[in-house]
Amino acid sequence: MEDRNGSQEDSSLSSCSCSCSCSSSSSSSSSSCSSSSSSSTSVAMSTREAKLSPVIPVIKHSSLVCRMRHSDSDLEPLILSSDDDLETDDYQEGYLLHRAFEYFQNVHKKGEVMEKHLQNVEDIAWKSGLAPESIDMLLDVALNGPFADAVKARMLKCLIPTTIIHESAVVKAFSKLCATSCSNNTKVVFIRWLIAMFDFIDHKEEMNALYGFIFSFLQDESMGTYISNLLYLLTRKENVKPFRVRKLLELQSRMGMQPYLQALLSLYKSYCPNLITITLPPRRKFYYKSSDNIWQAAVFIVKQRHQSSPLLSVKPSIDVADHQPQRKKWNSGCFIPKPTSRPLFDEEQDEEAGLGMMRSAQNCIPIEQLHTFSQLLENIQYIQLPSQMCSVLRSTPLLHYLNCLQDETVWVRLYYWMIQELKEGCAWYKVSHCTSEEEFKNFLDIIISAQCFLQEGFPSSEMFLYKSLPLWDGISCRTEYLQLLSWIPLGKFSEIKPLLYKSLAPIFFTSSLYHKCSVLYSLKKLVQNWLLWHTSEVNKNPTHGTCLDITIIALNSVSELIYYVGWLSTIALRLEDYNSFLLHFILDFFETVSDMYLNYGLPLVVMFPPGVFYPALITSDTITLNHLCYIMYRYRVNLTAAKENELLHQEAKERLKFNKAYQEFNDYVTSLVDCLWTSTSLDKGHYLYIEPEILEKTKIKEIKKSLNLINHPALQPYSVYFLLQGWPSENEFSLNFIQKKKWNWYLDYLLLENLHGLHLFMQSSLNVADNPPAPITQPDDKLSETSISESF
Amino acid sequence: MDSLNVPEFTPKHGVPPRLKDYFTGASPFQKQLASVRKQTQFGQTPSRRKIPQCSPLQENVDPQKIAFLLNKQWTLYSLTPMYKFSYTNLKKYSTLLKAFVAAEKQKGLAVDMGEDFKFKVIFSILSGMKGTHRDPAAFLVQVVSKSQLSSNNSEDKVIWTGWFCCVHGDSLLENVPDDFTCLPLFLANGAESNTALIGTWFQKTFDCRFTRLTISAFNLSWMAAMWTSCNLEHYRAATELLWSVPCSPQSLDISYAINPEDAKALWDSVHQTPEEITQEEVDLFIDCLCSHFHRHFKINLSATRLVCVSTSVASAHTDGKIKILCSKYLIGVLTFLTELAVFQIE
Repeated sequence: MEDRNGSQEDSSLSSCSCSCSCSSSSSSSSSSCSSSSSSSTSVAMSTREAKLSPVIPVIKHSSLVCRMRHSDSDLEPLILSSDDDLETDDYQEGYLLHRAFEYFQNVHKKGEVMEKHLQNVEDIAWKSGLAPESIDMLLDVALNGPFADAVKARMLKCLIPTTIIHESAVVKAFSKLCATSCSNNTKVVFIRWLIAMFDFIDHKEEMNALYGFIFSFLQDESMGTYISNLLYLLTRKENVKPFRVRKLLELQSRMGMQPYLQALLSLYKSYCPNLITITLPPRRKFYYKSSDNIWQAAVFIVKQRHQSSPLLSVKPSIDVADHQPQRKKWNSGCFIPKPTSRPLFDEEQDEEAGLGMMRSAQNCIPIEQLHTFSQLLENIQYIQLPSQMCSVLRSTPLLHYLNCLQDETVWVRLYYWMIQELKEGCAWYKVSHCTSEEEFKNFLDIIISAQCFLQEGFPSSEMFLYKSLPLWDGISCRTEYLQLLSWIPLGKFSEIKPLLYKSLAPIFFTSSLYHKCSVLYSLKKLVQNWLLWHTSEVNKNPTHGTCLDITIIALNSVSELIYYVGWLSTIALRLEDYNSFLLHFILDFFETVSDMYLNYGLPLVVMFPPGVFYPALITSDTITLNHLCYIMYRYRVNLTAAKENELLHQEAKERLKFNKAYQEFNDYVTSLVDCLWTSTSLDKGHYLYIEPEILEKTKIKEIKKSLNLINHPALQPYSVYFLLQGWPSENEFSLNFIQKKKWNWYLDYLLLENLHGLHLFMQSSLNVADNPPAPITQPDDKLSETSISESF
Repeated sequence: MDSLNVPEFTPKHGVPPRLKDYFTGASPFQKQLASVRKQTQFGQTPSRRKIPQCSPLQENVDPQKIAFLLNKQWTLYSLTPMYKFSYTNLKKYSTLLKAFVAAEKQKGLAVDMGEDFKFKVIFSILSGMKGTHRDPAAFLVQVVSKSQLSSNNSEDKVIWTGWFCCVHGDSLLENVPDDFTCLPLFLANGAESNTALIGTWFQKTFDCRFTRLTISAFNLSWMAAMWTSCNLEHYRAATELLWSVPCSPQSLDISYAINPEDAKALWDSVHQTPEEITQEEVDLFIDCLCSHFHRHFKINLSATRLVCVSTSVASAHTDGKIKILCSKYLIGVLTFLTELAVFQIE
């Protein structure tokens, strides 16, 4: 396991340096352009260079590579086309390499032939990379051979691995580096190569054994940056020793504030916070200049060629100083820090502590190195929680982790922090706040997305709602704030009641139409969340006794919430003059409600109040009427299913529960059919009965028929248009013309006009229309054939 | 929900703990949520409180330390429970905090833990500074600059002081698991920048959070009444109340000073229930003062805002600053402040 941990750290650390490379990318890309356009100059440059300049050696034979380097988009077809030649190429390459190495090993003096071989090796290396053995050999030659510095640098530069680099080669190279009198330049090139290729080295155990030895190079100022970078990649917790810390501090006092020392020191600090303390300046982002992206480009090309996936890039986190914006106060609200591991200064790290404790501490994965879900899965038993729990909010792997933790303290920590943060940032809760509304919105968004991720609300946001809702103006941060509302957990309704009735209702009634709609929307989300939560609970352990209790609570709370929304809607419709936009949101809510029994398995059907039904029935808006019909249809389907189940289980209790819903449903269906179909709604004994004297005063002819399918204000345009389209030559027509056959055509026409809800309702309730009102008798057979889902 | 008495879910593959807790009533938030749900109205505070008493535990406190805490202006903060704080590690904390402060002051230069600086940080326990035995011990943090002239025992200057305490914090203690230390009240004296540094360190290390504790006019009037009711042998200062009239460009302050004996006499005439102070009494007391003022100056103080109260016991300002003058009622003053701090963090 330790191995794996090690490599895990290494890879993530090394990728830090990879992604830092963007800082200098502009310079290198420009130089690579020049290399392709004027080859002679760039060769000259690469031979006489004093330092390693970011120049890609020119490959004469293969224009392919050049093209690949410049356009990523046509990478695929190029590779495909070159597939045929691959085998012959491979053979030739092998031969050329073999000859070149043989030559290098026997050479004693630089000459003309030498240039040719070197060129061959460069070409091959840049085109298809070198096998581990070739790298081993070339590295040996480069550091050992009697070549000029420039040649050595060129050799080192073409050490591009196809697959991996053997650790032994690196270790051997190190011993050569010290034994022979290599120039500083060569050493630098070698170290830079090592940094760039760090991920390709197969093991790091033996290299790590050389840690102290590499560390001693730090004193050399010309190599300091590179050595420090290498150490940064190589360092493990056990490498951090007091004497090394002292040495670094001494170097620091000698050389001043060097970025590379800061980086190493901050890494040491993150491993052993008890030895050292450092605060990084807020602005600096990159500690190591990485100008070696030519190597990375080369590796990428080679990798692409061999069609393996490029390295997974991970964001650097350890060395980016996470500071609050300077202008902000230290404890002002809505600041979420980055996850940092908790310093261990308790007994477990003291020297007298047992070995076991030490081991467990060492195995822990610092939170800074956790980025992906797969990393989480691999190290799940070694994860240390962050020092500030709030930092988990932005990290999905950590949220995953928290979700399976049984530790109560985690939630307590999060709770106290979040409630403070919310109160501090909230403008209407605390007057002397110093957070802008924008910041508070962003903060709420983060909390909401975490809640959505966990699929439940935090107790702190619920608490915050209770405390702050009475003070809310109904405008500030409305979208976000109302989203918090929709995540109130399912509980006893008596506890939530005051919040809804005392705090929310007054705001609802006194604010704008748009506000009313958004409140209704979030209440719809709330009821959905409750229903979903209940469903998942019941599904998790269907036999458990708690289920019954949960269901009882859910039944009560959900129905109370629906009554509440019904009450709100009734009043709101009157206040807003039966606005169809508002009606749309109300019906949306009841659409969810109508499907509770089938969609969420909650044995409950609650009808909407008359205050919603009748305005929706006598509307002049077609969409509303259609929506209403669709909801009625869904109610019917749900009630029918409930009835079937009842008959199946013979549960007298359940029947009682549904009786009221059946009654109400039948009343509504009767009204609807009376209106649209039989035109008897205004007759005596019906729901819309009005004294005939009053009706006469309206002076409307055939007033009884004024709400049927043809004359209904919401449908009249359709009937008129139907006649105009069907009988355009008729000079004079009346709507009464639609009868018998034409009536059926008209119904089909309505379906063609996408009034599916109306159609579904008529289909399911047709026999009811023919034989006047009766309770639901049996499920309609046609019902199952009609599809419901696409009707909106 | 408690009455349901639901058996626990199976721990593995079950629901996450806090959701389960909603139904078992086992969550530490449960009680808090329940109480908040019941109150619903923001800012409800108890309508009766005990008269500040001299705590028997206070006798354990080193009188020198008490003297050190008196007559200084403290800025008030509330502090959420500290995670994994341990009284046995105080020495280690002081090393860490010292290094942290040093590193922060010279950003970019790393600092050796054991290094010697021009200042030191001292943690010390204020034993006895508690209301009941259940209250966790208070502790003091001092930043002391070493004088440069002579290293040995010459006058060390205290640059910054802060102390953490909890007096009668039962309501908070009940809800918090054992891993936490509840010291909800934090008082700081010294440069704000130092408070920021040290506060940041505490926040990072113990996953807690500092928030400025301001005192509302409502609570100030409580303080005025409570402190007037204290029995003192001799009064050091007049009872003074400061009202602020919001007007531009500068707000106008009205200072209202009363002879402390007169104030006590007024209070005694208002006060009825022994050992307790009720909301009605507080209101009446302030009303009497206001009407007296109105009779003389024709200024209606109830239309303005009370911003400062100073008596011989202590003086407090609405922006969260307090000065405690009398050692006898130290615990009493802290009890009320702890209550305010607990209210703020919950």
